[in-house]
Amino acid sequence: MTGAPLKILVVDDEPPIRKLLRMGLGAQGYETIEAPNGKTGLELLGEAPDLVILDLGLPDMDGLDVLRAMRARSEAVPIVVLSSRGDEAGKVAALDLGADDYVTKPFGMDELLARLRAALRHQLQTQGERPIFRVGDLSVDLVRRIVRLHDQDVKLSPKEYDLLRLMVQHAGKVLTHRFLLGELWDQFTDAQYLRVYVRQLRQKIEDDPERPQYVLTETGIGYRLKSPDA
Amino acid sequence: MTEDWSRQDRRPSPEALLETARLEDSPHGKLRIFVGAAPGVGKTYAMLQAAQARKADGADIIIGVVETHGRKETEALVGGLEVFPRQRIEYKGQWLEEMDLDGLIKRHPKIAIVDELAHTNAPGSRHPKRYQDVLELLENGISVYTAVNIQHIESLNDVVAQITHVRVRETVPDAVFDRADAVELIDLTPDDLIQRLKEGKVYVPDQAQRALEQFFSPANLTALRELALRRTAERVDDQLLTQMQARAIPGPWAAGERVLVCISEDPRAAGLVRYAKRLADRLHVPWTGLYVESRRSVQLTEEQRDRLADTLRLVETLGGEPVTIPDSDRRIADNVIGFAEANNIAHIIIGKSTRTFWFEWMHGSVVHELVRKAGNISVHVIAGTQEDAGPARPVNAGAAPRQVQVRPYLGALLAVAVALGAGLLIEPWLGYESANLVFLTAVVGIAARFGLGPSLLASVAASLCYNFFFLPPVYTFTITDPTNVAAFFFFIVMAVIVSNVAARGRTLAVAATARARTTDQLYAFSRKLAGIGTLDDVLWAMAYQIASMLKVRVVLLLPTEAGELAVKGAYPPEDFLDDADLAAARWAFQSNRSAGRGADTLPGAKRLFLPMRTDRGVLGVIGIDNDRSGPIFTPDQRRLLDALIDQGTVAIERVRLVEDMQGVRRTMEAEKLRSALLTSISHDLKTPLASVLGAAGALRGLDASLSHEEKDDLIGTIIDESERLNRFIANLLDMTRLESGAVLPNKALQDLNEIVGSALRRAEKILAGHKVDLDLAKDLPMLDLDAVLTEQALFNLLDNAAKYAPEGSTITLRSERHGGSEILQVIDEGDGIPPDDIERIFDKFYRTRKADQVRAGTGLGLAISRGFIEAMGGTITASNRIDRSGAVFTITLPVPEQSLPMDTAA
Repeated sequence: MTGAPLKILVVDDEPPIRKLLRMGLGAQGYETIEAPNGKTGLELLGEAPDLVILDLGLPDMDGLDVLRAMRARSEAVPIVVLSSRGDEAGKVAALDLGADDYVTKPFGMDELLARLRAALRHQLQTQGERPIFRVGDLSVDLVRRIVRLHDQDVKLSPKEYDLLRLMVQHAGKVLTHRFLLGELWDQFTDAQYLRVYVRQLRQKIEDDPERPQYVLTETGIGYRLKSPDA
Repeated sequence: MTEDWSRQDRRPSPEALLETARLEDSPHGKLRIFVGAAPGVGKTYAMLQAAQARKADGADIIIGVVETHGRKETEALVGGLEVFPRQRIEYKGQWLEEMDLDGLIKRHPKIAIVDELAHTNAPGSRHPKRYQDVLELLENGISVYTAVNIQHIESLNDVVAQITHVRVRETVPDAVFDRADAVELIDLTPDDLIQRLKEGKVYVPDQAQRALEQFFSPANLTALRELALRRTAERVDDQLLTQMQARAIPGPWAAGERVLVCISEDPRAAGLVRYAKRLADRLHVPWTGLYVESRRSVQLTEEQRDRLADTLRLVETLGGEPVTIPDSDRRIADNVIGFAEANNIAHIIIGKSTRTFWFEWMHGSVVHELVRKAGNISVHVIAGTQEDAGPARPVNAGAAPRQVQVRPYLGALLAVAVALGAGLLIEPWLGYESANLVFLTAVVGIAARFGLGPSLLASVAASLCYNFFFLPPVYTFTITDPTNVAAFFFFIVMAVIVSNVAARGRTLAVAATARARTTDQLYAFSRKLAGIGTLDDVLWAMAYQIASMLKVRVVLLLPTEAGELAVKGAYPPEDFLDDADLAAARWAFQSNRSAGRGADTLPGAKRLFLPMRTDRGVLGVIGIDNDRSGPIFTPDQRRLLDALIDQGTVAIERVRLVEDMQGVRRTMEAEKLRSALLTSISHDLKTPLASVLGAAGALRGLDASLSHEEKDDLIGTIIDESERLNRFIANLLDMTRLESGAVLPNKALQDLNEIVGSALRRAEKILAGHKVDLDLAKDLPMLDLDAVLTEQALFNLLDNAAKYAPEGSTITLRSERHGGSEILQVIDEGDGIPPDDIERIFDKFYRTRKADQVRAGTGLGLAISRGFIEAMGGTITASNRIDRSGAVFTITLPVPEQSLPMDTAA
């Protein structure tokens, strides 16, 4: 990891939001560049930021179009979208188009920062994997395929393990139903199969399966594995 | 009176001012009439010349209809002008061509040329006469050039007929002629005209060849020419007078002295009316047509009644005021004089009497009495020409063929017998002469009681008895005795006089009773209407009343919401109108004039349609029909009909106003409710904002004096209250979506328990002060739900529970299978729900009355929960716990058929 501060491109038309992010991210040691609309956002992509925060409600272009254009130019840069309440369809569409995560307005800084970190971690993780993933009382060793809860081994079926592994690899990031189905079966399988497996997984690795702490439901969108530093 | 006159005339008369204003600013089209004294003077030619000149100026001028009659010069003038195609109307198997009025109005030229103003349109046209078409064109803002011969002017009709012995049937009302904005007299000397006739330049219909030769005599033509000149000059006079009155210049003409013409059923009355108009025009005064009802009026035949009605209509058409006064006990002449004196009449016009000498001797002559009693009023006695055959013999109208009643005659004989007895009784004391008087009494009594016939019989019987029993020699008939003859004679005379008086009294009584009955019926109708509340009832009552009082069939049409006329009431009940009737009804509604049978417009319709007027405009149309032919109403009946229609219209208006008022009241109440809600919502939104602003302001302003904990606390307030505000706004948005039908559940098979888990996570902060207990059934089948809606519905229930359950208490969530459904319950340990509110809590904005530690919500949460759950086919109910105090909210959701139970593994 280099010593230079990470550069974050903020694309949002509202000055108060941009100010908030500038201050909040700045306080965390991030450097920010700002774009008030989609066109400028695409231009500033040329400055190779480490992460993009993209508001879906832009004045000049449809946020999803900006997203598509950005992904076309850069496959790898993490993009977190800002969307409003009730727009589940928009969030799913953004994630399917390649966004890494979403934050619903109005958002708290904590939540945003957690998601930024999760998105960046995935980025960083490609540069060297941590051997064992730990969150709370749960530990997952991806190399040796061992899952432990409260230092007790947990037996998972192959599918259950695959599911958990996927989530660990994207820990802290939201994974859409479609993505999970696509990885585990094929994306046209009915989502209810996924739910069955999630439930079974929760039965095994959650202290209280009815009130899960690790495998979190993002209603209408997908699932998220809680990240250790969230 | 003279000083009144001079004082009055100083001020500009309002009518004159209005007239001048109308002429100057009218949006109506301008009418220019080309008048000629006789056919062939060149009116059409002059008209077309003027048209060509205007066209050269660039005016949009088209020909509506022009008759060239094959004359080459006239046809040449048509060239270059746009001729509007005529419409073809089928009539009795033939195709007739008439001016296309609607087409012309739509085309809306600046000027239209319409020849032959007096032409009668083919049946099936909108108006029976072309001048009515012209009036409609003018009303629509199209100016018109038209041509007419002087003999077609209504008021001159008789005069021309007298001059030429050719009566022209097609007439144009004077009002149209006077209304023209410009009149051009096309003048030709009689010699020139005759020359033209010889040269074949005059239009001559073949059949009338001979008549026209007679028509075109120099004497005739001269007279006609003078007539045309004079009439045109009168018009100029009128215009001048109008101008002078508008400027308050006193003229030399007498004002304030009016003309009266006496109208009867006599066929010559029409001629009298026209004379009256000419006289009134010359004097520039208003005029009145007066009909005095007498007991003869009830004896008129149908034909006479119709003629009378026509004459009264003619008065109106010519610009006079028709007046009918009911009979009082005075003589007709006295009635007329009385009216004349009361109305400032200076001239009375009456027709020369055609009654026989005897009649006049017996009944008196109205004319003579009038002349005698008129005082300062001039009486013009006019001998008219006989138009039709002599007057029909009056028949007792309406009387069924009377069978000869026997009883009165028997009664008469009986009375005579009684008188005989009485006479015999008193004879010894008073002598035989007094028996006379007894018999006389009997005769008089019979006359008064039984009328003329029986009293005549009584006279004969009494005189015979008198002769036989009393006159010496007694018990013999000595007819030649002068006493007897005298007695007989006087009996007869008494009988006739008394029975006449009695009969007149009876007739008057009958008429008075009929009138009283009518008045009673009107009164009863009016009271009935006052008590009716709905529109349908009013219409029915109106139709029934008119139908029964006037013996006609009635249809009532009112506009629907869409603006189309529809039958809303009828007696006898029916609702079908054929096309002609519908057209007439619509026209009557739109132009606020009568149309249909017997009227000026669309007379081919089956019914007569009259508009129902209020001061807010035309309310609807009433259609009347009966089985007889000819005009439907006499003037009497028409008055009665008008009274009934007015009453009905007022009642309809009243019902409508009541409905409007109720509508307004409802709107006002809805407004009140809405504004109360807005006040409530704005309060709920402002309260958290107030906290936020307050806390932020304190942080800024009191920064130095606050401890770290205090600052932290204030920041916590800002975050909490903002989140609360966020939830409120979310609720409002959800409610709006529900109201506008924009909630479309995105259903898929979901795990209910999973949704419970995510709802709990979202509500973690709200539920921080409570214990949450889960009692969820395992292995429940998946449900067909929209996850987001269900989570929100559940979240609202949790929010609600947190508000109403005391801190530290337990909130339980239960789920279980119930046959074909799954139920999910949220159970709290609060005070429960008051029984009255169990259903009402799901109403929008409803909040139960509670102690003040309850933090208010918008009152929308439960309504939204219900809305969302129901949108997915489920139900949600509230109840109270049985084991202890607390509320139970139960969501019931149906289990779909093909659903995986949760424990299968692929």
